[in-house]
Amino acid sequence: MNARAAGLGVLALAALVLLAFVPRLGNAYYLALAISLLQYTVLATAWGMFSGPTRYVSLATTAFFGIGAYTVAVLGEILPWPLVLLIAAALGAFVAAIVGLSTLRLSGVYFVIFTFGLTELIRQLVVWFEVNKSRVLGRYVFVDITQADIYWQLLALTAAVFLLGWLIARSRLGFALRVIGEDETVAKHCGINTTFAKVALFTISATVMTLVGAIMAPRWTYIEPSIAFNSMISFQVLIMALLGGAHRLWGPVLGAVPLTLLFELLSARFPNTFTIILGCIFLLIVYMLPRGVAGLFEKLSATAGGKATGRVAA
Amino acid sequence: MTNAILTGLMLGGMYALIAMGLTLQYGVARIMNLSYGEFLIAAAFASHWLFTGWAVSPFVGLALVVPAAFLLNFIVYKLLLTPLVRRAPNRDALEVDSILATFGLTFVIQGSMLALFGGAYYSYSFLAFPVQFLGETVAANRLAALGITILLGLVLYLALTRTRAGTAVRAVAVDPFAAQLVAINVPQASALTFALGGALVAAAGVLVSTFLTFSASSGVVFTMKALIVVVMGGVGNMLGCLVAGLALGLSESLVASYVDPGLTLAVNFALFLAVLLVKPAGLFGRATR
Repeated sequence: MNARAAGLGVLALAALVLLAFVPRLGNAYYLALAISLLQYTVLATAWGMFSGPTRYVSLATTAFFGIGAYTVAVLGEILPWPLVLLIAAALGAFVAAIVGLSTLRLSGVYFVIFTFGLTELIRQLVVWFEVNKSRVLGRYVFVDITQADIYWQLLALTAAVFLLGWLIARSRLGFALRVIGEDETVAKHCGINTTFAKVALFTISATVMTLVGAIMAPRWTYIEPSIAFNSMISFQVLIMALLGGAHRLWGPVLGAVPLTLLFELLSARFPNTFTIILGCIFLLIVYMLPRGVAGLFEKLSATAGGKATGRVAA
Repeated sequence: MTNAILTGLMLGGMYALIAMGLTLQYGVARIMNLSYGEFLIAAAFASHWLFTGWAVSPFVGLALVVPAAFLLNFIVYKLLLTPLVRRAPNRDALEVDSILATFGLTFVIQGSMLALFGGAYYSYSFLAFPVQFLGETVAANRLAALGITILLGLVLYLALTRTRAGTAVRAVAVDPFAAQLVAINVPQASALTFALGGALVAAAGVLVSTFLTFSASSGVVFTMKALIVVVMGGVGNMLGCLVAGLALGLSESLVASYVDPGLTLAVNFALFLAVLLVKPAGLFGRATR
C-alpha cells in the first residue's frame, strides 16, 4: 500500500466519523435526506460492483430491495432485529444464486430478460401467497427502530460495501471479472471459471441490495407488495450508476448524490411528469455520457496530464 | 377442458402476434427493445380513443394506427437508435446500449401515457357477444382477433419467404456483414424491419384493446411475455415464435383454470427457464456459440 492509498484511507475514515454525527444535528428533514442519499449510494455502488466490470445490465434491484423489505414486514415483530437482517440477507443471496446459476451460464441477454421480469414475478408470488395462504395483504411494521438507527445502519453498510468492493477489486475474483468484461471467450481460455465468478459477484451485490431493503423497511409503517416492489427503484439506481460510471468503485457515488438531490426536488415540484423527466435524463446520460462522470474525469485527466507533463494518468 | 384449451390457443395466438414484431426488431435490426410493450399500450389507447371519441371501429382503426406506428418506429430508429448502431464496436455493445436506451424510452412513453390518461384501467365494448365455435361458447371479439392474427402471421411469413425484400431481411438476420457483400443496404433494411416490427406490435395493441382491459402501466407485462416467447422460439424465427406463443398461452390458460390465476407469470418463467436449460438457443434456434 503506497502513501496515496493510505491517505485516501485516512480521508475516508475521517469522512465516515464526520458523517456519523449527522443525526446529532437534530433536523428531521436533513436526516431523511441523508438516509435517501445513503440508500441510493449503497444500491448504486452494489449495482456497479457486478454490472460495472461484467457489463451485464441488471434490472432487478427492486426485486432484492423488496425481498429485504418484505422479510422485515413478515418477521420484524417476531424475531430479534439482527436475526431478521440475517434471514433477509440469506433469502436475497439464495434468490440471486438461483437466478445467477440459471441465466448467467448463458449469454447476457437472457440475464437481462430474466432480471427485467424478476421484480414482477416475485411481487406476483408474494401477492399470491398473501392472498391464498396467509390471507393478509399489506402488513404493519412496528419495530423499535428510529430514523437515526436506520441512518447508522446504512452508514455502516456503506462503509462495508466500499471496503468489500476495494477488497474484491484487488482479489483474483475482481481480476477475473475484469477479464470477463473485456472478453468472455478469452477469460474462458485463460482457465477462469466464468460462471462461478459471475454468480459469486451477482450474489454479493444482490445480498447488499436486500440488506438495504431490510434496513429501510421500518421507515414505512405500512408495507404492501406494490410499495416494497416499486420498479422505480431499479430505474433510479441504474441511472445513478450510469451517470457516475459503473466501471469504477467510486463512480456510482458521483451519480447517486446529485441525482438523489435532483429527484427529491423534481418529485416534489413535478409529481405528474416526474417519470417523463426521469426517462429523458436517462436517455441524455446514455447518449452523452456513455462512461459516466468517472469516464469524463479519466478522459480529462488523461488529456491534461498528457499535455502538461506527459505522465501517465492514474 | 376444451374451453381451457380454446382460451389458451387464443391467448397463445395473441402472444405469437405480440412476439412477431419483437423477433423482427431483435433478430434483424439487433435492437433489444424493452419499450416494446409501451408501444403496444400506446396503440391500445389510440384505438380506445378512436372508438370512444370518433366511433371508429377497431378494424378501421388498424388501417390508421398501423401505418402511423410504422412511421413513428422508423423515426425512432433513425433518430434514437442509429447513433447507437454507429457507435457500437460489436454486437454485444449494441445490445447493452439498445437495452439502456429503450429502457429509458419505456419510462418516457409510460410517463406520457400516465400524464395523459392517468393510472385507471381502460376498456371498451366491441363485438362483445358470445358465438358458438367448435362446440364452445367464446366471445366474438376474441375470435375476430384470432382470425386477424392468423392472417397477419401468414402474410408476414409469405412476405419473408417468398419476396425479394423478405429474403434480404432474412439475409441481414443471418449475417449483417455478409449481407452487404451481396448489395443489400443493411442500415435501410434494419430501419424498415424495425419499423415493421413496430407496426406489428401496434396491430397487436389494437386487437388486444378489443377484449382486454389495459392501463398506462401494463406495458411491462407485454414486453416480458414477448421477450420470453422470442427467446423460447429462437431469435428471428417466425415458426418458433408461433409455437412458443401457443405453448405459453396454453400453459397459462391451463394453470389459470386448474391451479390458480395468480400464478400465470410464475408459469411463464418456469417454462422459460426449462427451455433455456434444455435448449439455450430456443426451440427452433440454431446454436451459434
